[in-house]
Amino acid sequence: MTIIELIKQPWPWYVAGPIIGLMVPTLLIFGNKTFGISSSLRHVCAACLPAKIPFFQYDWKKEIWNLFFVFGIFLGGIITAMYFKNDAAVIVDSNLITELSGYGITDFSGLVPADIFSWASLATPRGFILMVIGGFLVGFGTRYAGGCTSGHAIMGLSNLQLPSLIATISFMAGGFIMANLILPFILSL
Amino acid sequence: MTTNKKDTNTDFEVRSLDAICKNQETVETPMWHNLKYLLFGIAFGIVLIKSEVISWFRIQEMFRLQSFHMFGVIGSAVAVGALSVFLIKKFKIKSIQGEEIILPEKTFNKGQIYGGLLFGFGWAMTGACPGPMFAQLGYGAMATAVTILMAIAGTWVYGLLREKLPS
Repeated sequence: MTIIELIKQPWPWYVAGPIIGLMVPTLLIFGNKTFGISSSLRHVCAACLPAKIPFFQYDWKKEIWNLFFVFGIFLGGIITAMYFKNDAAVIVDSNLITELSGYGITDFSGLVPADIFSWASLATPRGFILMVIGGFLVGFGTRYAGGCTSGHAIMGLSNLQLPSLIATISFMAGGFIMANLILPFILSL
Repeated sequence: MTTNKKDTNTDFEVRSLDAICKNQETVETPMWHNLKYLLFGIAFGIVLIKSEVISWFRIQEMFRLQSFHMFGVIGSAVAVGALSVFLIKKFKIKSIQGEEIILPEKTFNKGQIYGGLLFGFGWAMTGACPGPMFAQLGYGAMATAVTILMAIAGTWVYGLLREKLPS
């Protein structure tokens, strides 16, 4: 097996997790930056539509490193699609496959289910709710919480911050409630 | 005008309240220096995709406790991050610009609970947190553009309503 073939395989957690964790010291040592991503959304607001809202009145250009970082993540996606793509479907738990099949989700080949996340399904109730309302909640919730998975769960917990632990527990609680109690209704719409 | 901390803080959390992406660097650096963050971002994007942590299906597995994968990734990332932070503090490691590395202390507010729950809902719905959305789009999930635009809209509405929300 060549290196490229090895890279194309799905990476196990014990390879990916430590690399993600190393983003913390890398950003600290190379630029005195604390790891975090959701603030980039705020910088976009401040740059494009500050609308005299005090929350968006700051010099976003001083935080431009964060936009470079996010644009890099986007490029990383393109590079992976071009050179390291694995066409096999994500191998998920058989119970999940059974459950999702019941909602007409049968295409497991993409990162997101093509049966829901497409331009066509944007006009369907469940597609609209998951993409539009879901996206809105990601932006609103992360800023209200003061960070996302990277800023709170990884950076904040690495620095042993209690508020970040509270935020992380809240993220997980919200996810459990949505996935188990609410999502079944949305998917059956 | 009342003068509580929020009102007198003119940069509104970017540096001192509850922002995550703080910029402690005081050295003025030319714009091209930011290219290093582009490279770090590329590496991060590749890891996110190859480890499948930005797969909607993996997120569903995690929230149904059907797989250890996501917990393993996040857990080992935190372990490595925490060890790194411990070593940086213990040996007072400086940044490559020779600056002291400053890790901001966070203060508790109710937003971490309310906002955290709302983000959790959005995470389970879209299968993405803010970083992964950009990787999904780059990888070719074009409809994720809607999710990203709505996340920016959500951030904007938060900014608009900020003073009216419980904190």
